[in-house]
Amino acid sequence: MSTIKHHLTDSLLMGYSAGSLPEAFSLLVATHISVCDECRARMAEFDALGGEVMMSTELAEMGAEAFEKTLEALMNDSSAPVATQRRAGIFPSPLREYVGGDLDSVRWRKVGGGVRQMILKTDGEATARLLYIPTGVAVPDHGHNGTELTLVLQGAFSDEIDSFGVGDIEVTNEDIEHTPVAKGDIDCICLAATDAPLRFSGLIPRLAQPFLRI
Amino acid sequence: MFTDSDLATKTDASLTLPAYAGSVKPRAPIAKKTPVTKSAATTIDWSKDLIAVRDHKDQAAFARVFSHFAPRVKGFLIRSGASAEMAEECAQDVMATIWRKAHLFDPTKASPSTWIFTIARNRQIDLIRKARRPEPEELDWGPEAETDASDALALQEETIRLGKALAELPEKQRDLIQRAYFGDLSHNEIAEETGLPLGTIKSRIRLALDRLRHTMK
Repeated sequence: MSTIKHHLTDSLLMGYSAGSLPEAFSLLVATHISVCDECRARMAEFDALGGEVMMSTELAEMGAEAFEKTLEALMNDSSAPVATQRRAGIFPSPLREYVGGDLDSVRWRKVGGGVRQMILKTDGEATARLLYIPTGVAVPDHGHNGTELTLVLQGAFSDEIDSFGVGDIEVTNEDIEHTPVAKGDIDCICLAATDAPLRFSGLIPRLAQPFLRI
Repeated sequence: MFTDSDLATKTDASLTLPAYAGSVKPRAPIAKKTPVTKSAATTIDWSKDLIAVRDHKDQAAFARVFSHFAPRVKGFLIRSGASAEMAEECAQDVMATIWRKAHLFDPTKASPSTWIFTIARNRQIDLIRKARRPEPEELDWGPEAETDASDALALQEETIRLGKALAELPEKQRDLIQRAYFGDLSHNEIAEETGLPLGTIKSRIRLALDRLRHTMK
């Protein structure tokens, strides 16, 4: 995956390492790291920083017999080590868990203009969805009230900022009005997350918004 | 707020801190350094005890790990907002998880403090925040992924230097980094502190990261 040119920001990596990102953003981060060695190495750096923060925090004495209690719990323990999953399709394993399988398990809903989506179930103040954009088609022009992350899983898209291929992640916010257009030989599939409802510029998409649940 | 400038600058601004020495894209300079300094001689290498737990289920080594790390994990959880009772319970669970997952400990990929931090963070999210944090796909290290003692030592050295660099940050910068890891800052607040547009005054977290990177060069 050496062709990835758009990576995670420091703030996303730090928030992910601290465990303070909303679930939908963590899903985007985990899915990108699954295919990006550079961001995996940077995540390890932020985890190391977290470790040093933990080690520099004021100590809190453990309760009486805490060690004995822990040993006792371990001796009565029957849980077996969990085997790690291997990838079988185009979706990295964190995404596969949310979809319930690979691309053929996605339950697409039509959004209009050939664009389809599937909302993924996440808790917290951000939402995640898969987007299917036929090549040559634009996602309706929209701005954002918060942060939006878009990760390319198949195909490519380009907008006013740059072009984005498989593994690339675009981070935008409310200051940026952009129109992503799918391009290339195959249709584009993206994983997107936002921490605020999208506001569309056109009248009809605005009316449609409540039904899209984004 | 995430900005384009944040995106544009970060690729070449990666922290040169402890990295996955065995990753597909290894950070060779880290492994090549001759890392023995006085601080290494005076600092206990906790990876030896963790390896004894991993390879021999050594209860005496586990007791030493427990007495060193459990109060730190508990202190971290309290500072992150847990009650003393919750923090005690969660810290015990973290220590039990260290025993159970000892087979996954690899000192060439994470130092003891880094590895234990990731376990503490994950148990805190599960047990206290009752939230979900998806994990990246595991890398397939392959059967020949050897563990190299010099890699482990180099990583341990880098981690010690990082701890010192953190301690030497100006107080306001260090305080913000700590608050980010204690969960006091939302992702938007962290973003505002790391990703201001070009031409504006650099924020404190950005300054702190730049300083840490400079120290770790």
